[in-house]
Amino acid sequence: MAGRPIGEVILDVHNLSLRFGGVKALSDISFDVREHEIRAIIGPNGAGKSSMLNCINGVYQPQEGSISLRGQTFRHMNSRQVAQMGVARTFQNLALFKGMSVLDNLMTGRHLKMRANLFQQAIRWGAAEREETEQRVVVERIIDFLEIQPYRKIQVGRLPYGLQKRVDLGRALATEPQVLLLDEPMAGMNVEEKQDMSRFILDVNDEFGTTIVLIEHDMSVVMDISDRVVVLNYGRKIGDGLPEEVRTNPEVVSAYLGTVH
Amino acid sequence: MGPFLETLLGGLMVGMLYSLVALGLVLIFKASGVFNFAQGAMVLFAALAMARFAEWLPHLTGYDNKFVNNVLAFAGAALVMVLFAWVVQKLVLGKLVNQEGITLLMATLGITYFIEGAGQMLFGNDIYKIDVGMPKDPMFLFEKTFQGGILVNQEDLAAALIAAVLVALLALFFQKTATGRALRAVADDHQAAQSIGIPLDRIWVIVWSVAGIVALVAGAIWGSKLGVQFSLSLVALKALPVVILGGLTSIPGAIIGGLLIGVGEKLSEIYLGPHLGGGIEIWFAYVLALVFLLVRPQGLFGEKIIDRV
Repeated sequence: MAGRPIGEVILDVHNLSLRFGGVKALSDISFDVREHEIRAIIGPNGAGKSSMLNCINGVYQPQEGSISLRGQTFRHMNSRQVAQMGVARTFQNLALFKGMSVLDNLMTGRHLKMRANLFQQAIRWGAAEREETEQRVVVERIIDFLEIQPYRKIQVGRLPYGLQKRVDLGRALATEPQVLLLDEPMAGMNVEEKQDMSRFILDVNDEFGTTIVLIEHDMSVVMDISDRVVVLNYGRKIGDGLPEEVRTNPEVVSAYLGTVH
Repeated sequence: MGPFLETLLGGLMVGMLYSLVALGLVLIFKASGVFNFAQGAMVLFAALAMARFAEWLPHLTGYDNKFVNNVLAFAGAALVMVLFAWVVQKLVLGKLVNQEGITLLMATLGITYFIEGAGQMLFGNDIYKIDVGMPKDPMFLFEKTFQGGILVNQEDLAAALIAAVLVALLALFFQKTATGRALRAVADDHQAAQSIGIPLDRIWVIVWSVAGIVALVAGAIWGSKLGVQFSLSLVALKALPVVILGGLTSIPGAIIGGLLIGVGEKLSEIYLGPHLGGGIEIWFAYVLALVFLLVRPQGLFGEKIIDRV
């Protein structure tokens, strides 16, 4: 990939296991993510990709193993605490604030950066107003970046799907994350929308230096944009490495295409 | 025309108060998905607190100025409601995160009985007076246009005004402040809100506090009309048909629903009463709600819930 310097390990998943009752969603998974890289997690349906992402995001608490961010291990954290540590995410089935405008959706992403308290906001106190303006500037930059200027004031629920996906990405970017988790960013998109989204992902990575962990179904897209790929199947890791290595890994091929008998 | 307008106005004013109670319900439901059965009891509890504070204050401070007293009593009662919100979040709802809606409803049912009892234990169970110095005399409007003019209760008028101002302030708060935006975000999607760092528990305390203060305003107005007594929590039951009419998730719906029911019950009492034998006011709201449940269960403004199969 381009001249981004791939750095040290920023996110380290170590021997992670997750069970729902008797069902093992993930068993004994380890991999690492280096700073500034685009790391993909792929696998067939039900492989445990989303569960993996939800563990990193603090939605699920794994029973065994650990996840550490910049060497700091966290076990029992909720999504909010994870967000405070600089991890943002997008959602597979769009979880936007549908009743709000594009602009407001992105502004909520600045929540952690706001310092003014409720009363200062209520009386429109000078500092609270200034802060709102400052955050607005950041958000406008992201809106420009994602090329969604014409839709700023439109209620998100009324936008076409591809644009909603972009707003979802924008909201996550508004938190200025160090690590960005993308849950099937291209699911349900047509070819053109997929190309747009790939370009945005690469640009985010390139311009902001954001480390990206993405889950994807579409093998071809993943192979094009990621630096390294983890392959899961039935909750186990069956491959890990450069896209070319993974593509030719017999176990991966059989997981995707079925075993040849 | 005169009597019709008179009834209409009367209905609008009663309706505004129904709207206030319904508003509390909608706020909490939108932000946390909890149907707060305790809203009526909160109205009673808040009104009791205010009535008693207003009574105790002059004895404590030895300073008897009705206006100052009422303001202080209101502030005190508001503080009690904020504290109540915090306790509910800490001891009840905070422990029930991710539980079924029905579980949360049952929890609020428990809260209802608890604060009905606690309120009367702390503040007594007589009939108390809230006297905020509202003008009691009726007045006549448009005496030139209509014969005899239109009789308007000044107290109702003041109450409706206060309610309208409160609603406007709340709308501003929700639309124009960062916290309001966070509240709307939580109402739309919990998980996403949390993933960008919005603290759910704090948002819920704020929502319950706002609902508590809305309950206090409603309680103070009702209380100054009817006296603060146990029946106040029953008057609040009228908020149930209001939210069925307006939709549980819509703030404008709560307001319009309240007005419709207020007007509807007054008009039907006057115009249908003689044919049906009167007493319509008592059941009108519930029958209307029943019709709505059959025809348009999501209410006038509510979101249609489509379950994916």
